[in-house]
Amino acid sequence: MSIELGHFALILAFAIASVSALGGYGFWRTGQRVALVLSQGAILQFVLVAVAFAALIQAFVTSDFSLLLAVNNSHSLKPLIFKISGVWGNHEGSMLLWIFILVAFGAMVGAFGRRLPGDLLALVLATQSLLTAAFTGFTLFTSNPFARVFPAPLEGNDLNPVLQDIGLALHPPLLYAGYVGFSICFSFAIAALISGRIDQAWARWVRPWALLSWTFLTLGIAMGSYWAYYELGWGGWWFWDPVENASFMPWLAGTALLHSALVMEKRNALKIWTVFLSIITFSLSLLGTFLVRSGILTSVHTFASDPTRGLVILSLLAVVIGGAFFLFALRAPALRQGGLFAPVSREGALILNNLFLATAVGAILVGTLYPLLLDALAGTTISVGAPFFNLTFGALMAPLLIVLPFGPLLAWKRADVLAAAQRLMGAGALAVFLAILISALGGVSISLAPLGLLLGFWVAFGAIAELIERGKVGRIPLADSLRRLVGLPRSAWSTAIAHLGLGLTVLGIVATSAWETELVTTLNPGETAELSGYVVSFDSFGQVPGPNYMSDEGRFTITAPDGSTRQTLADRRTYVASGMPTTEAAIETYGFSQLYLQLGEPLEDTHVIRIWHKPYVTLIWLGALVMAFAGFLSLTDRRLRVGAPRQAARVAARAAP
Amino acid sequence: MTWLRALMLALCLVVTPALAVNPDEILPDVALEQRAREISAGLRCLVCQNQSIDDSDADLARELRILVRERLLAGDSDEAVRQFLVDRYGEYVLLNPRLNEHTVLLWIAAPVLLLAGLGGLAFAARRRRPPAGELSAEEQAALDELDRSLPR
Repeated sequence: MSIELGHFALILAFAIASVSALGGYGFWRTGQRVALVLSQGAILQFVLVAVAFAALIQAFVTSDFSLLLAVNNSHSLKPLIFKISGVWGNHEGSMLLWIFILVAFGAMVGAFGRRLPGDLLALVLATQSLLTAAFTGFTLFTSNPFARVFPAPLEGNDLNPVLQDIGLALHPPLLYAGYVGFSICFSFAIAALISGRIDQAWARWVRPWALLSWTFLTLGIAMGSYWAYYELGWGGWWFWDPVENASFMPWLAGTALLHSALVMEKRNALKIWTVFLSIITFSLSLLGTFLVRSGILTSVHTFASDPTRGLVILSLLAVVIGGAFFLFALRAPALRQGGLFAPVSREGALILNNLFLATAVGAILVGTLYPLLLDALAGTTISVGAPFFNLTFGALMAPLLIVLPFGPLLAWKRADVLAAAQRLMGAGALAVFLAILISALGGVSISLAPLGLLLGFWVAFGAIAELIERGKVGRIPLADSLRRLVGLPRSAWSTAIAHLGLGLTVLGIVATSAWETELVTTLNPGETAELSGYVVSFDSFGQVPGPNYMSDEGRFTITAPDGSTRQTLADRRTYVASGMPTTEAAIETYGFSQLYLQLGEPLEDTHVIRIWHKPYVTLIWLGALVMAFAGFLSLTDRRLRVGAPRQAARVAARAAP
Repeated sequence: MTWLRALMLALCLVVTPALAVNPDEILPDVALEQRAREISAGLRCLVCQNQSIDDSDADLARELRILVRERLLAGDSDEAVRQFLVDRYGEYVLLNPRLNEHTVLLWIAAPVLLLAGLGGLAFAARRRRPPAGELSAEEQAALDELDRSLPR
């Protein structure tokens, strides 16, 4: 019964979204009146999709195996959390999650958008409804999660064991919140293009949504990376896999969008470029979610291997993305540019940031699609893997990181680069000193390590130098400095904190790439091995049953260089329903570094043990967390909260000649 | 989307529950083993999803790892080992594509994009620069006129 209720709710949401889109595009000129109706429509869509989603979750939680999706992806013995997360561990369910987040964002605009000009709000909600209608229609007609099966089997086939992890509960919702959040920026861009009206108030409206989405995407990617790190068993955290690239491209484009929207909000410049970035960021998000599933990119990756489904997805992407760019080509030239500035200025620095980020997006896109195109056009198969991306991406990021600390210290319109350099002297000197010192102590295993360290420290210290500069620390009494720092707008703090986070991530990447150590050996219980000063003794080995798996587990004692000891456990599991094995590594954190221990398969009469020491590896994800924290902090900035877009719109209209 | 890859890896695992480099494969010569690892990291596990043979657990990856070490023991240079594998499995086995007529567009893509971006910026800056520099004779005359008319 509840399944049918959910199914019906989703169909109703589809109908309302379709009508909203038609009505919105037809009558947006009537302004506030149609906007009010669309706002309520958006909230209604949200409620209906929430009902559908809840019905699906209920079926999984109660192990209702008359639902085909539950049969294929659930098992009655699975712990509750994995029953719930199993809802989106498959194509149909993840589509519904995607739509659920889409309508949640739409409802937020409907609820909080009352202060927007009516015609703009109507167009935004119409575009949002069009997206909802398109993807709900796709789900209902090609990937219906509510299909029943008769007769119902007694037991389900279980979820893939690798997915039975807290990672599945967190990673997709965060990632999707990031992807889908950019739909709001997309809708604002479409609204601006249709209405032909775009000003600083528009940027002020778009920026919080971009910021929120970017923050979720940052968390989602970091979570996915850490999940891969601990689950896949050898401690790799980034593989330049097409699927990862697909999530990284919207992040880079979204980062560029955040910075260009800043220029637009403050200086009324870069309008066309900001609109373009809004469209491209969401297009890349769509590509991230769907191209990898269409079966065209890497067939082995796809949930939806059904070719007709792939074709529908591709047509849908072509219509949405192609339509948006067609509209852009048609209308963008009519948008008026404003805000003059000298090349050396805050604007100039932010444009440089956009240049490198956009080029990186382009390079990754080319690298990801190139093998596919080459195969189709020349019939030659090649691989484009990690070495290529590391080189290309690294070469593009290095100059960006070099200029990054200058940006926040430059003035708008026209700036003095020498004065900024003077303020950064201390940070630069400290970065050089530490890079040399650490390279001397740690030994240089890869030649670029000192350069990488230098860049990481430079960015991190540069961010701190900016705060010191703004607080005039050391030049006025300390109490006054503190007062100045506390009084700084939160956006200034979040800029510095986000840049600091980036520096930390760079340092983590460099440290672990350059100074990781590895030991592959065979051990029997009672024997010990040593790596980088850590002594690992293999205490015991046994077979233990888990809730829905059998586990071969090894118990170890690790003695750190400082003499402290810790007990830890690494195991290999075989899942009952599927017979699939997984490995669960033992990971012990010492400061920012980790010891990563994996129990391999038995080799003759002993066990293969792999141990890695990963110095400062946690900085990679801590840096991302710091960046995300900065995103949330910036969202609480008073200027974004108050917003007052109408007033700002009037002021902008008066100010602009 | 990592769970999708996780899914793939799981499929790999099902085929062969063996894991990456095994102790019995490691060469006693440390320098040679180091070279083997570096070469392995750049070779694709052909049956897996975007994994190098150094990371992969599939049987084929193990065979390739052993093959790499055999060639190294036979005295091949790094390049000769790679060429040996390319001759057997095609360019597809190299994770870092070599520069040739098929990959030239790939390799120049990033620099070309960067240059195009810089060119676009220069163009936009030129077009948008306010009329600066010398005043025309007419403007100068008008300014002089204005100057004279102002009370001193």
